Amino acid sequence: MQFTINGQPYQAEADIRTSLLDLLREHLSLTGSKKGCDHGQCGACTVLVNGRRINACLTLAVMHQDDDIVTIEGLGSPNKLHPLQAAFVKHDGFQCGYCTPGQICSAVGMLDEVEKGWPSHVSATLNDPDFTDEEIRERMSGNICRCSAYPNIVDAIREVADAREPVRAEAAE
Amino acid sequence: MKLFDYAKADSAETAAREGAVADTKFIAGGTNLLDLMKLQVETPARLVDISRLPLNDIEEVDGGGVRIGALVPNSDLAASPIIRERYEVLSRALLAGASGQLRNKASTGGNLLQRTRCYYFYETASRCNKRVPGSGCDAQQGFNRILAILGTSEHCIATHPSDMAVAMRALDATIVTLGSDGEKRRIAIGDFYRLPGDTPDVEHVLRPGELITHIELPAAPAGKQTYRKVRDRASYAFALVSVAGIVAVDGGKIASARLAFGGLGPMPWRDTAVENALVGQAPSDALFTQAADLLLRDARGFGSNDFKIPLARRTLIATLRELTA
Repeated sequence: MQFTINGQPYQAEADIRTSLLDLLREHLSLTGSKKGCDHGQCGACTVLVNGRRINACLTLAVMHQDDDIVTIEGLGSPNKLHPLQAAFVKHDGFQCGYCTPGQICSAVGMLDEVEKGWPSHVSATLNDPDFTDEEIRERMSGNICRCSAYPNIVDAIREVADAREPVRAEAAE
Repeated sequence: MKLFDYAKADSAETAAREGAVADTKFIAGGTNLLDLMKLQVETPARLVDISRLPLNDIEEVDGGGVRIGALVPNSDLAASPIIRERYEVLSRALLAGASGQLRNKASTGGNLLQRTRCYYFYETASRCNKRVPGSGCDAQQGFNRILAILGTSEHCIATHPSDMAVAMRALDATIVTLGSDGEKRRIAIGDFYRLPGDTPDVEHVLRPGELITHIELPAAPAGKQTYRKVRDRASYAFALVSVAGIVAVDGGKIASARLAFGGLGPMPWRDTAVENALVGQAPSDALFTQAADLLLRDARGFGSNDFKIPLARRTLIATLRELTA
Protein backbone atom coordinates (compact mmCIF):
# COMPACT_ATOMS: atom_id res chain seq x y z
CA MET A 1 0.00 0.00 0.00
CA GLN A 2 1.15 3.55 -0.74
CA PHE A 3 0.27 6.67 1.22
CA THR A 4 0.98 10.39 1.40
CA ILE A 5 1.40 11.39 5.04
CA ASN A 6 2.53 14.83 6.16
CA GLY A 7 3.48 15.49 2.53
CA GLN A 8 5.85 12.48 2.37
CA PRO A 9 5.35 9.27 0.39
CA TYR A 10 5.20 6.08 2.46
CA GLN A 11 4.97 2.41 1.50
CA ALA A 12 3.81 -0.39 3.76
CA GLU A 13 2.91 -4.06 3.60
CA ALA A 14 0.00 -4.48 5.96
CA ASP A 15 -2.80 -6.93 6.72
CA ILE A 16 -6.07 -5.85 5.08
CA ARG A 17 -7.57 -5.41 8.58
CA THR A 18 -5.07 -2.69 9.53
CA SER A 19 -6.73 0.50 10.72
CA LEU A 20 -5.29 3.83 9.62
CA LEU A 21 -4.21 4.32 13.25
CA ASP A 22 -2.31 1.01 13.42
CA LEU A 23 -0.70 1.77 10.05
CA LEU A 24 0.59 5.09 11.39
CA ARG A 25 1.79 3.76 14.72
CA GLU A 26 2.90 0.18 14.08
CA HIS A 27 4.03 0.26 10.44
CA LEU A 28 5.27 3.82 9.91
CA SER A 29 6.44 4.65 13.46
CA LEU A 30 4.34 7.83 13.52
CA THR A 31 3.40 7.34 17.15
CA GLY A 32 2.08 10.85 17.80
CA SER A 33 -1.47 9.69 17.08
CA LYS A 34 -2.60 7.76 20.14
CA LYS A 35 -4.74 4.68 20.70
CA GLY A 36 -7.17 5.25 23.55
CA CYS A 37 -10.40 3.30 23.16
CA ASP A 38 -9.92 2.04 19.55
CA HIS A 39 -13.70 2.49 19.05
CA GLY A 40 -14.15 6.14 18.09
CA GLN A 41 -15.23 7.21 21.55
CA CYS A 42 -12.19 9.06 22.91
CA GLY A 43 -10.71 11.00 19.97
CA ALA A 44 -7.04 10.35 20.91
CA CYS A 45 -6.44 9.01 17.37
CA THR A 46 -7.81 12.08 15.57
CA VAL A 47 -5.95 12.89 12.33
CA LEU A 48 -6.73 15.08 9.33
CA VAL A 49 -7.65 13.33 6.08
CA ASN A 50 -8.02 15.66 3.11
CA GLY A 51 -8.25 18.47 5.66
CA ARG A 52 -11.06 16.89 7.69
CA ARG A 53 -10.72 15.51 11.20
CA ILE A 54 -11.59 11.83 11.58
CA ASN A 55 -10.98 8.97 14.03
CA ALA A 56 -8.04 7.02 12.57
CA CYS A 57 -9.04 3.96 14.60
CA LEU A 58 -12.38 3.56 12.83
CA THR A 59 -11.18 3.44 9.26
CA LEU A 60 -9.19 0.93 7.22
CA ALA A 61 -5.77 2.02 5.95
CA VAL A 62 -6.48 0.37 2.59
CA MET A 63 -9.32 2.85 2.02
CA HIS A 64 -6.99 5.89 2.27
CA GLN A 65 -4.28 5.23 -0.30
CA ASP A 66 -5.19 8.28 -2.41
CA ASP A 67 -5.74 10.64 0.49
CA ASP A 68 -3.72 13.49 1.96
CA ILE A 69 -3.15 12.47 5.58
CA VAL A 70 -1.81 14.88 8.23
CA THR A 71 -0.89 13.77 11.76
CA ILE A 72 0.39 15.76 14.73
CA GLU A 73 3.93 15.18 13.39
CA GLY A 74 2.96 17.11 10.25
CA LEU A 75 1.47 20.11 12.06
CA GLY A 76 4.55 21.30 13.93
CA SER A 77 7.92 20.28 15.34
CA PRO A 78 9.65 20.99 18.69
CA ASN A 79 11.49 23.91 17.05
CA LYS A 80 8.50 25.22 15.13
CA LEU A 81 5.27 24.66 17.01
CA HIS A 82 1.90 24.97 15.33
CA PRO A 83 -0.02 27.91 16.90
CA LEU A 84 -2.34 25.43 18.63
CA GLN A 85 0.61 23.49 20.05
CA ALA A 86 2.11 26.74 21.39
CA ALA A 87 -1.26 27.74 22.85
CA PHE A 88 -1.72 24.34 24.57
CA VAL A 89 1.72 24.80 26.20
CA LYS A 90 1.00 28.41 27.20
CA HIS A 91 -2.42 27.61 28.70
CA ASP A 92 -1.39 24.26 30.22
CA GLY A 93 -4.01 22.45 28.13
CA PHE A 94 -2.99 18.99 29.39
CA GLN A 95 -1.65 17.01 32.32
CA CYS A 96 -0.55 13.57 31.12
CA GLY A 97 -0.60 14.65 27.47
CA TYR A 98 -1.97 11.39 26.05
CA CYS A 99 -5.05 12.98 24.49
CA THR A 100 -3.18 16.11 23.33
CA PRO A 101 -2.19 15.13 19.76
CA GLY A 102 -5.81 14.17 19.11
CA GLN A 103 -7.08 17.33 20.78
CA ILE A 104 -4.83 19.49 18.61
CA CYS A 105 -5.58 17.72 15.31
CA SER A 106 -9.27 17.90 16.20
CA ALA A 107 -9.02 21.61 17.02
CA VAL A 108 -7.30 22.30 13.66
CA GLY A 109 -10.13 20.54 11.80
CA MET A 110 -12.76 22.15 14.01
CA LEU A 111 -11.51 25.70 13.39
CA ASP A 112 -11.66 25.05 9.65
CA GLU A 113 -15.27 23.91 10.06
CA VAL A 114 -16.02 27.14 11.94
CA GLU A 115 -14.37 29.14 9.17
CA LYS A 116 -16.63 27.42 6.63
CA GLY A 117 -19.62 28.59 8.70
CA TRP A 118 -20.74 25.13 9.80
CA PRO A 119 -23.24 25.26 12.68
CA SER A 120 -23.19 23.00 15.75
CA HIS A 121 -25.73 21.50 18.12
CA VAL A 122 -25.52 24.55 20.42
CA SER A 123 -25.75 27.19 17.68
CA ALA A 124 -28.76 29.42 18.26
CA THR A 125 -29.05 29.93 14.52
CA LEU A 126 -27.90 27.58 11.77
CA ASN A 127 -26.39 30.45 9.77
CA ASP A 128 -23.33 32.39 10.96
CA PRO A 129 -23.44 31.21 14.57
CA ASP A 130 -21.37 33.15 17.12
CA PHE A 131 -18.24 31.29 18.13
CA THR A 132 -18.69 31.15 21.89
CA ASP A 133 -16.81 29.00 24.43
CA GLU A 134 -19.93 26.83 24.57
CA GLU A 135 -19.40 26.23 20.84
CA ILE A 136 -15.80 25.13 21.49
CA ARG A 137 -16.93 22.66 24.16
CA GLU A 138 -19.66 21.19 21.96
CA ARG A 139 -17.50 20.95 18.85
CA MET A 140 -14.66 19.30 20.80
CA SER A 141 -16.92 16.76 22.55
CA GLY A 142 -15.41 13.92 20.50
CA ASN A 143 -12.11 14.38 22.38
CA ILE A 144 -11.98 13.12 25.94
CA CYS A 145 -9.36 14.30 28.46
CA ARG A 146 -9.32 11.95 31.45
CA CYS A 147 -7.14 14.48 33.35
CA SER A 148 -9.97 16.95 32.76
CA ALA A 149 -7.85 19.83 31.44
CA TYR A 150 -10.94 21.08 29.60
CA PRO A 151 -10.98 24.72 30.84
CA ASN A 152 -7.38 25.20 29.67
CA ILE A 153 -8.01 23.39 26.39
CA VAL A 154 -10.89 25.81 25.73
CA ASP A 155 -8.62 28.77 26.60
CA ALA A 156 -5.90 27.54 24.22
CA ILE A 157 -8.33 27.06 21.34
CA ARG A 158 -10.01 30.39 22.09
CA GLU A 159 -6.70 32.22 21.83
CA VAL A 160 -5.88 30.71 18.43
CA ALA A 161 -9.41 31.26 17.15
CA ASP A 162 -9.37 34.91 18.20
CA ALA A 163 -6.02 35.48 16.49
CA ARG A 164 -7.38 33.91 13.31
CA GLU A 165 -10.76 35.54 13.23
CA PRO A 166 -10.93 38.70 15.31
CA VAL A 167 -14.25 39.83 13.85
CA ARG A 168 -16.08 36.63 14.66
CA ALA A 169 -14.62 36.54 18.17
CA GLU A 170 -15.73 40.09 18.91
CA ALA A 171 -19.23 39.26 17.80
CA ALA A 172 -19.24 36.45 20.35
CA GLU A 173 -18.37 38.63 23.35
CA MET B 1 -11.23 -8.91 13.76
CA LYS B 2 -11.95 -11.87 11.46
CA LEU B 3 -10.13 -11.84 8.14
CA PHE B 4 -12.14 -10.70 5.11
CA ASP B 5 -11.71 -10.20 1.38
CA TYR B 6 -11.74 -6.62 0.21
CA ALA B 7 -12.85 -5.23 -3.15
CA LYS B 8 -13.20 -1.64 -4.25
CA ALA B 9 -16.35 -1.03 -6.33
CA ASP B 10 -15.88 1.01 -9.52
CA SER B 11 -19.60 1.59 -10.09
CA ALA B 12 -22.88 1.30 -8.23
CA GLU B 13 -23.92 -1.51 -10.59
CA THR B 14 -20.78 -3.54 -9.82
CA ALA B 15 -21.21 -2.89 -6.11
CA ALA B 16 -24.82 -4.13 -6.13
CA ARG B 17 -23.80 -7.26 -8.07
CA GLU B 18 -20.85 -8.02 -5.81
CA GLY B 19 -22.85 -7.15 -2.70
CA ALA B 20 -25.27 -10.01 -3.44
CA VAL B 21 -22.55 -12.62 -2.82
CA ALA B 22 -23.23 -14.38 0.49
CA ASP B 23 -21.72 -12.83 3.63
CA THR B 24 -20.77 -9.55 1.92
CA LYS B 25 -21.13 -6.09 3.47
CA PHE B 26 -20.78 -2.69 1.88
CA ILE B 27 -18.38 -0.33 3.61
CA ALA B 28 -18.65 3.46 3.22
CA GLY B 29 -17.75 5.54 6.29
CA GLY B 30 -17.23 2.35 8.27
CA THR B 31 -17.63 4.05 11.65
CA ASN B 32 -20.26 1.59 12.89
CA LEU B 33 -19.29 -1.49 10.86
CA LEU B 34 -15.58 -1.49 11.85
CA ASP B 35 -16.51 -0.89 15.48
CA LEU B 36 -18.70 -4.02 15.33
CA MET B 37 -16.11 -6.02 13.36
CA LYS B 38 -13.46 -5.36 16.01
CA LEU B 39 -15.81 -6.90 18.57
CA GLN B 40 -16.73 -9.73 16.17
CA VAL B 41 -20.38 -8.76 16.41
CA GLU B 42 -20.14 -8.40 12.62
CA THR B 43 -17.97 -10.98 10.82
CA PRO B 44 -18.42 -10.44 7.08
CA ALA B 45 -16.37 -12.67 4.77
CA ARG B 46 -16.13 -9.87 2.23
CA LEU B 47 -16.23 -6.06 2.17
CA VAL B 48 -17.16 -4.12 -0.93
CA ASP B 49 -15.76 -0.60 -0.57
CA ILE B 50 -18.28 1.86 -2.01
CA SER B 51 -16.66 4.96 -0.50
CA ARG B 52 -15.32 6.27 -3.84
CA LEU B 53 -18.57 5.98 -5.80
CA PRO B 54 -19.88 9.32 -7.11
CA LEU B 55 -22.87 9.53 -4.76
CA ASN B 56 -21.82 12.74 -3.03
CA ASP B 57 -24.22 15.37 -4.30
CA ILE B 58 -27.15 17.19 -2.76
CA GLU B 59 -29.39 18.33 -5.62
CA GLU B 60 -32.75 20.02 -5.92
CA VAL B 61 -35.35 17.96 -7.75
CA ASP B 62 -38.62 18.82 -9.48
CA GLY B 63 -41.41 19.61 -7.06
CA GLY B 64 -39.19 21.44 -4.60
CA GLY B 65 -37.54 18.45 -2.94
CA VAL B 66 -33.90 17.42 -2.67
CA ARG B 67 -31.98 14.30 -3.57
CA ILE B 68 -29.12 13.40 -1.26
CA GLY B 69 -26.35 11.03 -2.41
CA ALA B 70 -25.97 8.07 -0.07
CA LEU B 71 -22.28 8.89 0.48
CA VAL B 72 -22.76 12.51 1.54
CA PRO B 73 -21.05 12.69 4.95
CA ASN B 74 -23.27 13.61 7.90
CA SER B 75 -21.28 16.85 8.42
CA ASP B 76 -21.83 18.03 4.86
CA LEU B 77 -25.52 17.21 4.98
CA ALA B 78 -25.99 19.14 8.24
CA ALA B 79 -24.07 22.14 6.83
CA SER B 80 -25.63 22.13 3.35
CA PRO B 81 -27.24 25.55 2.73
CA ILE B 82 -30.40 24.03 1.30
CA ILE B 83 -30.81 21.66 4.25
CA ARG B 84 -30.16 24.44 6.77
CA GLU B 85 -32.62 26.69 4.97
CA ARG B 86 -35.53 24.32 4.33
CA TYR B 87 -35.02 21.25 6.52
CA GLU B 88 -33.80 22.66 9.81
CA VAL B 89 -35.07 19.56 11.66
CA LEU B 90 -32.63 17.42 9.65
CA SER B 91 -29.63 19.70 10.25
CA ARG B 92 -30.49 19.82 13.94
CA ALA B 93 -30.88 16.05 14.23
CA LEU B 94 -27.54 15.41 12.52
CA LEU B 95 -25.76 17.95 14.71
CA ALA B 96 -27.26 16.33 17.81
CA GLY B 97 -25.62 13.01 16.94
CA ALA B 98 -22.11 11.60 17.36
CA SER B 99 -18.99 13.83 17.30
CA GLY B 100 -17.39 16.13 14.73
CA GLN B 101 -14.93 13.40 13.74
CA LEU B 102 -17.62 10.77 13.26
CA ARG B 103 -19.94 13.08 11.34
CA ASN B 104 -17.07 13.81 8.93
CA LYS B 105 -16.82 10.12 8.09
CA ALA B 106 -20.30 8.65 8.54
CA SER B 107 -22.40 8.50 5.36
CA THR B 108 -26.09 9.29 4.90
CA GLY B 109 -26.90 5.75 3.74
CA GLY B 110 -24.85 4.17 6.51
CA ASN B 111 -26.52 6.30 9.15
CA LEU B 112 -29.90 4.80 8.16
CA LEU B 113 -28.44 1.31 8.60
CA GLN B 114 -26.75 1.81 11.97
CA ARG B 115 -27.11 -1.11 14.35
CA THR B 116 -28.52 -0.79 17.84
CA ARG B 117 -26.28 0.17 20.76
CA CYS B 118 -28.01 -2.35 23.06
CA TYR B 119 -25.28 -3.54 25.47
CA TYR B 120 -26.30 -7.17 24.95
CA PHE B 121 -25.98 -6.90 21.17
CA TYR B 122 -22.41 -5.61 21.62
CA GLU B 123 -21.38 -8.07 24.36
CA THR B 124 -20.80 -11.38 22.57
CA ALA B 125 -20.91 -13.38 25.83
CA SER B 126 -24.60 -12.36 26.18
CA ARG B 127 -27.63 -13.89 24.57
CA CYS B 128 -29.02 -11.71 21.78
CA ASN B 129 -31.59 -12.71 19.16
CA LYS B 130 -30.45 -9.91 16.88
CA ARG B 131 -26.82 -11.08 16.87
CA VAL B 132 -27.45 -14.83 17.15
CA PRO B 133 -31.05 -15.59 16.13
CA GLY B 134 -32.78 -17.94 18.56
CA SER B 135 -30.23 -17.49 21.35
CA GLY B 136 -32.51 -15.45 23.61
CA CYS B 137 -32.53 -11.88 24.94
CA ASP B 138 -30.63 -10.95 28.09
CA ALA B 139 -31.69 -7.32 27.84
CA GLN B 140 -35.24 -7.84 29.10
CA GLN B 141 -34.07 -8.94 32.55
CA GLY B 142 -30.88 -6.86 32.39
CA PHE B 143 -29.67 -3.29 32.20
CA ASN B 144 -32.28 -2.00 29.78
CA ARG B 145 -32.18 1.68 30.69
CA ILE B 146 -31.45 2.76 27.09
CA LEU B 147 -33.84 0.30 25.41
CA ALA B 148 -37.27 0.46 23.80
CA ILE B 149 -40.74 0.96 25.24
CA LEU B 150 -42.68 0.81 21.95
CA GLY B 151 -42.71 -1.79 19.18
CA THR B 152 -40.82 -4.41 21.19
CA SER B 153 -41.36 -8.15 21.00
CA GLU B 154 -40.61 -10.99 23.37
CA HIS B 155 -37.48 -11.55 21.26
CA CYS B 156 -35.97 -8.05 21.22
CA ILE B 157 -36.27 -4.66 22.91
CA ALA B 158 -33.46 -2.84 21.05
CA THR B 159 -33.76 0.78 19.94
CA HIS B 160 -32.68 2.22 16.61
CA PRO B 161 -29.85 4.65 17.44
CA SER B 162 -30.03 7.20 14.60
CA ASP B 163 -31.03 10.84 15.11
CA MET B 164 -30.89 11.57 11.37
CA ALA B 165 -33.39 8.82 10.53
CA VAL B 166 -35.88 10.28 13.03
CA ALA B 167 -35.85 13.62 11.20
CA MET B 168 -36.12 11.84 7.85
CA ARG B 169 -39.14 9.89 9.13
CA ALA B 170 -40.84 13.18 10.02
CA LEU B 171 -39.93 14.54 6.57
CA ASP B 172 -41.33 11.47 4.72
CA ALA B 173 -38.02 10.63 3.06
CA THR B 174 -37.83 8.10 0.24
CA ILE B 175 -34.91 5.69 0.05
CA VAL B 176 -33.74 5.04 -3.51
CA THR B 177 -31.89 1.81 -4.15
CA LEU B 178 -30.19 -0.19 -6.87
CA GLY B 179 -30.68 -3.96 -6.80
CA SER B 180 -28.16 -6.60 -7.78
CA ASP B 181 -30.31 -7.22 -10.89
CA GLY B 182 -29.98 -3.52 -11.86
CA GLU B 183 -33.54 -2.68 -10.74
CA LYS B 184 -34.10 0.68 -9.05
CA ARG B 185 -36.53 0.81 -6.13
CA ARG B 186 -38.06 3.67 -4.20
CA ILE B 187 -38.93 2.79 -0.62
CA ALA B 188 -40.84 5.16 1.67
CA ILE B 189 -38.97 5.45 4.96
CA GLY B 190 -42.18 4.34 6.70
CA ASP B 191 -41.89 1.00 4.85
CA PHE B 192 -38.12 0.68 5.15
CA TYR B 193 -37.65 -0.59 8.70
CA ARG B 194 -39.14 -3.77 10.18
CA LEU B 195 -40.42 -4.40 13.67
CA PRO B 196 -38.44 -7.11 15.48
CA GLY B 197 -41.28 -9.68 15.84
CA ASP B 198 -39.61 -13.08 15.91
CA THR B 199 -36.82 -12.06 13.47
CA PRO B 200 -35.04 -9.13 15.18
CA ASP B 201 -31.96 -9.83 13.04
CA VAL B 202 -33.93 -8.57 10.01
CA GLU B 203 -34.07 -4.80 10.47
CA HIS B 204 -35.08 -3.45 7.05
CA VAL B 205 -36.47 -4.50 3.68
CA LEU B 206 -33.25 -4.30 1.63
CA ARG B 207 -32.46 -7.44 -0.40
CA PRO B 208 -28.99 -9.00 -0.67
CA GLY B 209 -26.77 -6.63 -2.64
CA GLU B 210 -29.39 -3.88 -2.78
CA LEU B 211 -27.47 -0.62 -2.49
CA ILE B 212 -28.88 2.65 -1.18
CA THR B 213 -27.89 5.25 -3.79
CA HIS B 214 -29.92 8.28 -2.70
CA ILE B 215 -32.35 9.59 -0.14
CA GLU B 216 -35.02 11.96 -1.42
CA LEU B 217 -36.90 14.50 0.63
CA PRO B 218 -40.16 15.96 -0.66
CA ALA B 219 -40.63 19.73 -0.59
CA ALA B 220 -40.29 21.03 2.95
CA PRO B 221 -43.62 20.96 4.79
CA ALA B 222 -45.15 24.14 6.18
CA GLY B 223 -44.57 25.05 9.79
CA LYS B 224 -41.89 25.35 12.43
CA GLN B 225 -39.32 22.57 12.67
CA THR B 226 -37.37 21.39 15.68
CA TYR B 227 -35.38 18.43 16.99
CA ARG B 228 -35.41 17.96 20.74
CA LYS B 229 -33.06 15.35 22.19
CA VAL B 230 -32.84 14.23 25.79
CA ARG B 231 -29.72 12.29 26.75
CA ASP B 232 -27.39 11.43 29.62
CA ARG B 233 -24.67 13.93 28.62
CA ALA B 234 -24.97 17.37 27.03
CA SER B 235 -23.09 16.15 23.94
CA TYR B 236 -21.93 12.98 22.23
CA ALA B 237 -24.54 10.57 23.62
CA PHE B 238 -27.42 8.60 22.12
CA ALA B 239 -30.98 9.73 22.69
CA LEU B 240 -32.95 8.48 25.65
CA VAL B 241 -35.89 10.20 23.99
CA SER B 242 -35.90 12.51 20.98
CA VAL B 243 -38.62 14.20 18.97
CA ALA B 244 -38.45 15.54 15.43
CA GLY B 245 -41.40 17.88 15.09
CA ILE B 246 -42.87 19.97 12.27
CA VAL B 247 -46.05 21.81 13.19
CA ALA B 248 -47.97 24.54 11.36
CA VAL B 249 -50.48 26.72 13.20
CA ASP B 250 -53.07 28.69 11.24
CA GLY B 251 -55.78 30.93 12.71
CA GLY B 252 -55.14 29.63 16.24
CA LYS B 253 -55.53 25.97 15.21
CA ILE B 254 -52.96 23.33 14.38
CA ALA B 255 -53.05 23.00 10.59
CA SER B 256 -50.59 20.13 10.26
CA ALA B 257 -48.32 18.10 12.50
CA ARG B 258 -45.56 15.60 11.84
CA LEU B 259 -43.88 13.96 14.81
CA ALA B 260 -41.23 11.26 14.82
CA PHE B 261 -39.46 9.81 17.84
CA GLY B 262 -36.03 8.42 18.64
CA GLY B 263 -34.98 6.32 21.62
CA LEU B 264 -38.43 4.78 22.03
CA GLY B 265 -38.63 1.99 19.49
CA PRO B 266 -36.78 -0.42 17.20
CA MET B 267 -37.18 2.05 14.33
CA PRO B 268 -37.62 5.81 14.00
CA TRP B 269 -41.13 5.90 15.47
CA ARG B 270 -44.11 7.69 13.97
CA ASP B 271 -47.76 7.36 14.90
CA THR B 272 -50.32 9.11 12.71
CA ALA B 273 -53.00 8.78 15.42
CA VAL B 274 -51.00 11.27 17.49
CA GLU B 275 -50.75 13.70 14.59
CA ASN B 276 -54.44 13.33 13.67
CA ALA B 277 -55.46 14.11 17.25
CA LEU B 278 -53.66 17.45 17.03
CA VAL B 279 -54.82 18.69 13.62
CA GLY B 280 -57.74 21.13 13.68
CA GLN B 281 -57.40 21.72 17.43
CA ALA B 282 -56.30 24.82 19.31
CA PRO B 283 -52.92 24.25 21.01
CA SER B 284 -53.20 23.63 24.75
CA ASP B 285 -51.51 21.55 27.41
CA ALA B 286 -54.66 19.44 27.69
CA LEU B 287 -54.45 18.65 23.98
CA PHE B 288 -50.72 17.88 24.18
CA THR B 289 -51.33 15.55 27.13
CA GLN B 290 -54.00 13.75 25.13
CA ALA B 291 -51.50 13.38 22.25
CA ALA B 292 -48.90 11.96 24.66
CA ASP B 293 -51.47 9.48 26.03
CA LEU B 294 -52.10 8.29 22.49
CA LEU B 295 -48.40 7.95 21.70
CA LEU B 296 -47.80 5.91 24.84
CA ARG B 297 -51.04 3.87 24.89
CA ASP B 298 -49.12 0.62 24.25
CA ALA B 299 -45.85 1.62 25.93
CA ARG B 300 -44.21 -1.03 28.09
CA GLY B 301 -41.17 -0.62 30.32
CA PHE B 302 -38.79 -3.41 31.29
CA GLY B 303 -37.63 -2.12 34.67
CA SER B 304 -34.72 0.25 34.32
CA ASN B 305 -36.25 1.93 31.26
CA ASP B 306 -39.66 2.58 32.88
CA PHE B 307 -38.63 6.22 33.26
CA LYS B 308 -38.80 6.63 29.49
CA ILE B 309 -42.61 6.59 29.59
CA PRO B 310 -43.00 9.82 31.63
CA LEU B 311 -39.88 11.26 29.95
CA ALA B 312 -41.38 10.71 26.47
CA ARG B 313 -44.62 12.32 27.66
CA ARG B 314 -42.85 15.42 28.95
CA THR B 315 -40.55 15.67 25.94
CA LEU B 316 -43.47 15.53 23.50
CA ILE B 317 -45.42 18.16 25.46
CA ALA B 318 -42.37 20.46 25.62
CA THR B 319 -41.78 20.04 21.88
CA LEU B 320 -45.41 20.87 21.06
CA ARG B 321 -45.31 23.94 23.30
CA GLU B 322 -42.17 25.11 21.49
CA LEU B 323 -43.64 24.53 18.03
CA THR B 324 -46.98 26.24 18.73
CA ALA B 325 -45.67 29.16 20.81
